[in-house]
Amino acid sequence: MKRLAKWRLFSLFAMMALVLSACTGEPYLSTLKPAGEVAQTQFDLMVLSTAIMVGVIAVVVVIFFIVVFKFRRKDDRIPKQVEGSHKLEIIWTVIPILLLLILAVPTVSATFKLADVSEMEKKNEEGKTDALVVNVRANLYWWEFEYPNQEIITGQELVVPTDEKVYFNLIASDVKHSFWIPAVGGKLDTNTDNVNKFWLKFDGEKAAEADNYFYGKCAELCGPSHALMDFKVNAVPRDQFDQWVTAMQDVKEPQQAETDLAQAGQEVFNNSCIGCHAVTPANTAPEAARLAPNLTNFGDRDRIAGILDHTEEDLKNWLRDPETYKPGNKMTGTYGELTEEQLDALSEYLMGLKVLE
Amino acid sequence: MSTLAQKKGFGAVLWDYLTTVDHKKIAILYLIAGGFFFLLGGLEAMFIRIQLAVPNNDFVSAGLYNEILTMHGTTMIFLAAMPLIFAFMNAVMPLQIGARDVAFPFLNSLGFWLFFFGGVFLNLSWFLGGAPDAGWTSYASLSLASEGHGIDFYALGLQISGAGTLIGGINFLVTIINMRAPGMTYMRMPMFTWATFVTSALILFAFPALTVGLFLLVFDRMFGSNFFDASMGGNTIIWEHFFWIFGHPEVYILVLPAFGIFSEIFSIFSRKRLFGYSSMVFATVLIGFLGFMVWAHHMFTTGMGPIANAIFAVATMAIAVPTGIKIFNWLFTMWGGSITFTTPMLWAVAFIPSFVAGGVTGVMLASAAQDYQYHDSYFVVAHFHYVIVGGVVFALFAGAHLYWPKMFGTMLNELLGKITFVLFFIGFHLTFFIQHFLGLWGMPRRIFTFLPGQGLETANMVSTVGAFFMAAAVIIMLINIVITSVKNEKVGNDPWGDGRTLEWAIPSPPPFYNFKQLPLVRGLDAYWLEKMEGKKGMSPAEPLGDIHMPNNSFIPFVISFGLFVAAFGAMYRADHSWGIPVLIVGLLITLGSMFIRSVKDDHGFHIHKEDLEDNNDKGVKA
Repeated sequence: MKRLAKWRLFSLFAMMALVLSACTGEPYLSTLKPAGEVAQTQFDLMVLSTAIMVGVIAVVVVIFFIVVFKFRRKDDRIPKQVEGSHKLEIIWTVIPILLLLILAVPTVSATFKLADVSEMEKKNEEGKTDALVVNVRANLYWWEFEYPNQEIITGQELVVPTDEKVYFNLIASDVKHSFWIPAVGGKLDTNTDNVNKFWLKFDGEKAAEADNYFYGKCAELCGPSHALMDFKVNAVPRDQFDQWVTAMQDVKEPQQAETDLAQAGQEVFNNSCIGCHAVTPANTAPEAARLAPNLTNFGDRDRIAGILDHTEEDLKNWLRDPETYKPGNKMTGTYGELTEEQLDALSEYLMGLKVLE
Repeated sequence: MSTLAQKKGFGAVLWDYLTTVDHKKIAILYLIAGGFFFLLGGLEAMFIRIQLAVPNNDFVSAGLYNEILTMHGTTMIFLAAMPLIFAFMNAVMPLQIGARDVAFPFLNSLGFWLFFFGGVFLNLSWFLGGAPDAGWTSYASLSLASEGHGIDFYALGLQISGAGTLIGGINFLVTIINMRAPGMTYMRMPMFTWATFVTSALILFAFPALTVGLFLLVFDRMFGSNFFDASMGGNTIIWEHFFWIFGHPEVYILVLPAFGIFSEIFSIFSRKRLFGYSSMVFATVLIGFLGFMVWAHHMFTTGMGPIANAIFAVATMAIAVPTGIKIFNWLFTMWGGSITFTTPMLWAVAFIPSFVAGGVTGVMLASAAQDYQYHDSYFVVAHFHYVIVGGVVFALFAGAHLYWPKMFGTMLNELLGKITFVLFFIGFHLTFFIQHFLGLWGMPRRIFTFLPGQGLETANMVSTVGAFFMAAAVIIMLINIVITSVKNEKVGNDPWGDGRTLEWAIPSPPPFYNFKQLPLVRGLDAYWLEKMEGKKGMSPAEPLGDIHMPNNSFIPFVISFGLFVAAFGAMYRADHSWGIPVLIVGLLITLGSMFIRSVKDDHGFHIHKEDLEDNNDKGVKA
């Protein structure tokens, strides 16, 4: 009997797994393809609650169909006027309470687990944390990622090591946004008032399935281009991450352009862009002066402005008219008209801003 | 004052409605105004779905899309669902308790006109520089950053219409407490009246939170305060609390009356008394109470910390218990009954699985740790549309068909009603079921477009197709209303044949004084009890006598109009020199008409016994 019950439960889960796997979305975006401990915890809760809820629905549906088919009006009789039934009413009060308890316990335990950021408080002799910490600053409509221990800043593309906990400090500099990497775990708001903290873990194998790039989203309505406030997460093994950090840290001065065209581009950049965009990672300017994404490793990135393909053509389109691609952005109209020659030079220069070979 | 039916000109009818204090006519006003805003909100919904049909669509621009989504939510909640519910409360509740009107007929009219002018003010934003664009929740950092006057329209418009709602809620509370017919104890009240009662209590406690929040927002935007400006020491999270302390009970303000309407329908069309009536009452009250304990589950990702999140998670889950009690009680009301599938019953029956689907996703959302994934994704969009459309809108359709004969004296066409139902039911599930998955696949809510290559194309297209089914259903419903009104085939007291409560014991539509003699209530389902004993109608609880009735008044319209004018003054104060004078003139109109109301004695009038004897039940018209 016990074995039978177990088998039933198993088959229920198996069926649900089948249903779920049929429509689970993209590995770089879907919460149903969990790629890390947080998303996995949340996914497990989803499965548990869905199982309970499907059970509840099944009971309701069975009664529902019996009622609807069996008790249709056939004659003009007046049915017995039943007041109620204490026994039944107690049953459908107690059973839901028990079911909710089954869900409540793991919910509470997971809620505390996902909020455990005690590692962020533990400082070593240098006054730094052993855990990897990233300060996320959300802006209309771009993301800044600062690695305080490594003393580097980047934008739009978060680089993280896989298979270890990464801790986040979240804040917004203008209006409220929300930091969400669906496949890896959701989600915490970036408030304007205070720093929110949480952690995520990026699974190495799952990252490989997603070509090492996860999609990040802004989940809180923040203005016209809320829909376009995407970012990318480049999740790589620890040694690659360390290489990247070292390469970034090696850029002490703005990289000098090599070709003539790129040098011309750098000149344009220094005249028109550098007021907002930095090209050194150790950005010492205060937050309020960091008005636009840091472009130190722009050439290595996967997207332009978080949404366009990383090609020179798209870059030029973006520079010609950012308003078309991200309505309401803060870049439009800050750097005047660029000639086609300037655009060619500028994009050549920007695409050459790489820290990795 | 003659009570005889007279043919009146259009002007006279219009004047009659502008000045009426009769709850039945105010119900019709609510129905028309709410219906109009429902169509408007529906149109906005269609724009949303058309825009999201394909990736990178440019049917509407990004900024305009945010205005549309904000106005869709705001309109549907405040200007469509609530007024339509108020329409049925006004039309039915006084009849169900055997009263001749609500306790404060003048305030009833004032409540309507405040709502109406608030709604008109809000929607004028479309023509005056742009609608609000910060979502119906209008979170503070974004709503303070929003340029133009959109958010001002939102704050002032909702302030005015919210005052109307609050007045309405208080009025219903007093009415139910004081004006029940002899024998109508609390535990003999029909379920819809109970729902109205609890809902009104929720309004009483929930709307002040919104009022306070909106005032602070108005001060921040128009008068230079900094309640929500973090850089000046304010706090945006406070707005979220204010909004949801109001906003969560608001969900129950909408859905409890829907439950009430369905309770009536299940009982009528199963020919059985409501199963477990006392536990239904208990569950309603409990839902109302718990509704105030759970607001912060809308803020799980705000960063309140695990302790607050865990507490609010468990409290929220608890609401599933009384809701479950209700579902099973409805099922067992039908069990052993004799069910006919009229149009209202079809909506009611379809409501059960639809609402259960919305309810179980509610429990999933309540579980804080997994909510981090659902929050602000299309999963939430799917969830609350399952609850609000599958619960409230289904109830509004059902209630419209059920009470149409009582309100207008003629039946909506059943065939067209059933076609509406089938189309809407299919469209509803087609539109919203897939949205659960869109959310789980990583689509955030409130996005004006989505990029190709993220696996979201097909599902969005399916959702859009579904929306067109719903639009078609609403159009057929409109045609039905037109045909029905033109034919105008009169019906008797109890057109469905199985009416159980007092409203079915009197003519359709009832005379303007409702009951010639107040009825004697001898139990739950008072009219049914009499019918089962072979009687034709209720036994009177009093001898035939003069009836005291209130006079019509134009003052509520003027009071509301004054606030409408003042709102323009407040809003344009900073831009134009005429702002302050207009603000003052508007307030003077309001306060002046309130003053007139206070000093001018209005004792109403009496319908004399002799007139009542002359006009037997038939032929009496308001």
